[in-house]
Amino acid sequence: MKIGITCPYSWDVPGGVQQHIRDLAEALIDEGHEVSVISPADDDTPLPPYVVGAGRAVPVPYNGSVARLSFGFLSVSRVRRWIRDGGFDVLHVHEPEIPSLSLLACWVASGPIVATVHTAIPRSRILLVTYPVVRTGMEKINGRIAVSEAARTTLVEHIGGDAVVIPNGVATRRYRKADPLPGWPGPGGAIGFLGRLDEPRKGLPVLLKAFEILGPQRPGLRLLIAGPAADPEEVLHRLPAGLRDRVVLLGQVSEDDKIRVLHSVDVFCSPNTGGESFGIVTAEAMAAGVPIMASDIDAFRQVLRGGEAGELFATGDAADLARAAARLLDDPARRARLSAAALAAVADYDWSVVARAVFSVYETVVLGSTQVAVTASGSDFPQDGLA
Amino acid sequence: MITDIVIVVAAALLVGVYVSWRAGRIDRMHARVEMARTALDVTLLRRSSVAMELATSGLLDPATGLLLAAAVHGTRGGDRPRDLAESDLTRALRAAFSQPGFRTSLSGKEGADELLAEVEAAAHQVFLARKFYNDMVAATREARGRPLARLLRLSGKASAPEFFEMDDSLVAEKSSAPLGR
Repeated sequence: MKIGITCPYSWDVPGGVQQHIRDLAEALIDEGHEVSVISPADDDTPLPPYVVGAGRAVPVPYNGSVARLSFGFLSVSRVRRWIRDGGFDVLHVHEPEIPSLSLLACWVASGPIVATVHTAIPRSRILLVTYPVVRTGMEKINGRIAVSEAARTTLVEHIGGDAVVIPNGVATRRYRKADPLPGWPGPGGAIGFLGRLDEPRKGLPVLLKAFEILGPQRPGLRLLIAGPAADPEEVLHRLPAGLRDRVVLLGQVSEDDKIRVLHSVDVFCSPNTGGESFGIVTAEAMAAGVPIMASDIDAFRQVLRGGEAGELFATGDAADLARAAARLLDDPARRARLSAAALAAVADYDWSVVARAVFSVYETVVLGSTQVAVTASGSDFPQDGLA
Repeated sequence: MITDIVIVVAAALLVGVYVSWRAGRIDRMHARVEMARTALDVTLLRRSSVAMELATSGLLDPATGLLLAAAVHGTRGGDRPRDLAESDLTRALRAAFSQPGFRTSLSGKEGADELLAEVEAAAHQVFLARKFYNDMVAATREARGRPLARLLRLSGKASAPEFFEMDDSLVAEKSSAPLGR
């Protein structure tokens, strides 16, 4: 199938939507489909072969912050040319409620259109005010996908209609191999943590409490912690002075370094006390093949197959966490079994699976429909000659 | 003896007249600041309503229209401070107007030239009204700050008027274009 995908945000800026589109496009290409992505991008940015640049995005205030977006009649004519030349069977727009390429594509295209909504926005009057401007484009969408239940709720409440929920995938292949950070995990063993340090629901305090129990018993054991915090020093000061030099804080790390962190520890810990709907970080750790211990919340119990693919401990219970860690650190055979089970379990969340779910949405909307084409909408805008 | 009393009384009268004249002047200045502020508010409202008219006119592509409509919405009692919200609207208008060939792309469409001229006129009026308002504020603050005025509290309970700072130029200048590359 020939698939056209629009990205509203600049390709050269890291972001969740861009990464989603990249992973989805590559998974669809692996399945043998022809995919073209149009995205704002700086002219000198190297782009993957399946991405068409739509020119530099313009920084402009939107919703209280500055976003880099593509708008204006030049963008309209670039999108129109891309659709006309592409001969797509389906058009897949991402975040069509953002003033950028996706909205423009809805406006100039006819034929089967699928939209994915990523963001959950709190209820506000802004959509009432702005909806008349975007209505023409929005009404052409044949099928909607939301990446989370929260995003679906936003869509239903604000715009009406419904959406199927298809969560983000995990690009498992990318996590499989990486070099450990120099000197890790070390002979005394190492436990890893990823996430915001000062967000209590991420559960770092539980892990630190457990380390107060484990640290004195195991003199070589270290903690490797990556994630942002308003005041990282404050985190360390909660520990007894003797243990502090065995806790390494990396701060916020790049995507590549995150994978290296996962390969630098003997056991990965997800001590979250709630608030997770899926646990993407845990799934990424599974994809890296690191043995996992996680709190016994619904999201983790599900992704870890009830404890088969990772050790579960009582949520918020530092003593139970310490016991689970001790069991794993002393039993390499059990670690190897959990690692293999995690790799097998996470395949369910791989992008190839997600891409097939998205593809079945495409198949539904193309039924009885023609190819994607350019409509008369906006035809009084200057044609490509001017652009 | 009598002449001394006359001189003292006359001097006291003169001082009194002078003080009350100063107090009256500061009072009048506060009133003029109020008027200038009202004029500024009117021009800001007018600018946001013609910007909304342009956003929903169907003359623009929907992305540009949505940007403008969202910026206008921000100026109408959102949680963003007024000066920042109005500056956001300026920047959104500037982003729309500064596209290369923007005017050419609209010329010939019905009502386009008039609407663009109206937006520009409204934006220019904001620029003028804000300049006059800030001038009045500066003069008033200076008068209030004089030693005599401070000593005798001639401004009474009225609080010092605040400057209104915002980005109000539709033309991108290097110094006032924090959004530029």
